[in-house]
Amino acid sequence: MKPDPKGVLTGEHYLDGDHACAEGALVAGCRFFAGYPITPSTEVAERIAERFPHVGGIFIQMEDELGSMAAVVGAAWGGAKAMTVTSGPGFSLMMENIGLAAMMETPCVVVNVQRGGPSTGLPTMVGQGDMMQARWGSHGDYEIIALCPNSPQEAFDLTIEAFNLSEQYRVPVLLMMDECVGHMTEKVVIPEPDKIELTPRRYTTKSPREYLPYLPCDDLVPEIIKAGDGYRIHSTGLTHDERGYPVMSAEAQNKLVRRLVDKIRKNADKIVRIEEHDTDKADVVVVSYGITNRVVQAALADARKEGIKVGDLKLVTVWPFPERRIAELAERVKAFVVPEINFGQIILEVERCARGKAACYPVSHGGGGVHEPADILKVIEEAAR
Amino acid sequence: MSRAAIVEEPELRHEHPLEPFLRMDRIPHIWCPTCGIGTSVSCFLNALKDSGLPLDKVAIVSGIGCTGRVAGYVKLDSFHTTHGRPIAFATGLKLANPELKVVVFSGDGDLIAIGGNHFIHAARRNMDLTVICVNNFIYAMTGGQLGPTTPIMANCSTSPYGNFEQPFNIPLLAASCGAVYVARWTALHIRRLTKAMTEALLKPGFSVVEVIAPCSTLYARRNRLGTGLDLMKFYHDNCEIRHGADPRDLDIGFQQKIIVGKFVDITRPTFLEAYNAHMKKVLGDAFVPYGVASAAPKEKEESKAA
Repeated sequence: MKPDPKGVLTGEHYLDGDHACAEGALVAGCRFFAGYPITPSTEVAERIAERFPHVGGIFIQMEDELGSMAAVVGAAWGGAKAMTVTSGPGFSLMMENIGLAAMMETPCVVVNVQRGGPSTGLPTMVGQGDMMQARWGSHGDYEIIALCPNSPQEAFDLTIEAFNLSEQYRVPVLLMMDECVGHMTEKVVIPEPDKIELTPRRYTTKSPREYLPYLPCDDLVPEIIKAGDGYRIHSTGLTHDERGYPVMSAEAQNKLVRRLVDKIRKNADKIVRIEEHDTDKADVVVVSYGITNRVVQAALADARKEGIKVGDLKLVTVWPFPERRIAELAERVKAFVVPEINFGQIILEVERCARGKAACYPVSHGGGGVHEPADILKVIEEAAR
Repeated sequence: MSRAAIVEEPELRHEHPLEPFLRMDRIPHIWCPTCGIGTSVSCFLNALKDSGLPLDKVAIVSGIGCTGRVAGYVKLDSFHTTHGRPIAFATGLKLANPELKVVVFSGDGDLIAIGGNHFIHAARRNMDLTVICVNNFIYAMTGGQLGPTTPIMANCSTSPYGNFEQPFNIPLLAASCGAVYVARWTALHIRRLTKAMTEALLKPGFSVVEVIAPCSTLYARRNRLGTGLDLMKFYHDNCEIRHGADPRDLDIGFQQKIIVGKFVDITRPTFLEAYNAHMKKVLGDAFVPYGVASAAPKEKEESKAA
């Protein structure tokens, strides 16, 4: 599948993360956007509102984030690649229908440009406090995919990746940006349309008579249809069988939810993306994501000057968490240092995967700014001792 | 002869005229005997038949509650969504695939309380949806609690001393927010209800049909109103047909007269008509019209080939 040429602004641009995200969505073939204005994510919606009329897309500003997310799920079932964008307070409201998307196995993308919380918090200033909410925010048990860009270029690239993963696994994919990346302006290179890999929707080739909407393929993901194609399917937020019909039993629940969880867990090695530098001989590995990964670079340079063997592990995929790699590293490194703009969320995952084999040091920041590299350096020094 | 044997014998098998519209493998349904929801569904299926709409291009969306279960029984592309959100879901569905006729079939609690915000904004935008709202005066699925439409004085499980809150007048709410078609009938008025639903289905824009059907199990029993048959008798004796009535006169009091009829039937541009006309005017040839037949995306064929 080729993207609509008019949606792709091939070339070098000077864009902030929010605008780069909007361009990524256009390149990915997103042609439906429903959203509600919220700082610091609004620029994504503004750019899409400006661009969509020129490329045959439809933008609707909904009455709230509850409706925005519900409309995105509906649009996906109408055959569109669909996206919404928000920040903390709106992300909380979207959780209801993110759960519906997980249950109905709906491909769609939700961008959260994180700001300081809880509640209204710091609307215009950075935070990374929604990382666990991304994993567990909607009620019940399910697995999700979440990506974390550390630059406008990655905001562009990972928006496309988010659409591809959502089509492949039929899950809502969360792009967990932060205010700094969203408002930071850098060079963004948009490739030629035919150099961009897009995952098409996994439409069934079966006839309506033989098609079962929730019969999984070998990778545990069922084939999809769109409303209006004559399949006349039923899809529900209730626990359901392979026909999509509600079944109220422990057996049906176990079968369905186990598959929803396993389709991500058993494919985790294919989904997880991390980037490592100097981790092979490191004593201390700094695990970070988003804007914090950029700040960490200064601390790493200072630590190396001091002769400390430090490694850099950037989480591109935060969920599913790279369990296996952290466990491997824990066997031979002395310690992990985990700076985050929260009071310790992803470090809980690092600790879980390290299983006591390596020490774990948090570097907390309440939000409203990024870490001082010196504060991270101090903890690296302590960890290396 | 067993039922299975009858099914085997084509000449002995008499199909119910509405079978092609139902998921027969999901029947029997969950609704109580004498509940008005079943009647509303029958009327809707007949309306669908009368409308002549191609069934593959009609989708039905429900929320949560007793009426929320309608989508699960109707043999169309059907979506049983979250509580209060069917209109928002349907908005996305309709805009993503404008060739669909999208029907929202849900209850008063779902559409007017928890989903009230979506209802008023979809009406304001004149989103091209048909909304069928079964008003049973309470939250029935959860056991008969006070709802946004419970008449003053009515007794509910969470208004054990009688309701004192002013209920919503649904036709007034719909009309004042911009709905282009608004009608109200009861579960007794099956011919007129069917006709209203047919008109609503064929009306471009936001059309609303309210079906008065107080819960015969919980509302009627708790308020000592008798059986479902007694409710029918009540509609018969106490409904007044007044087409074109001022929506401000349509309040429903406890065991008071119910005014039914068609109250609004006007024309104004739908959301997509307004969008296309406006953007064409402002952007000229740079604008790519949305949702007109020639511009429909052919993504499916492409992905099959890929």
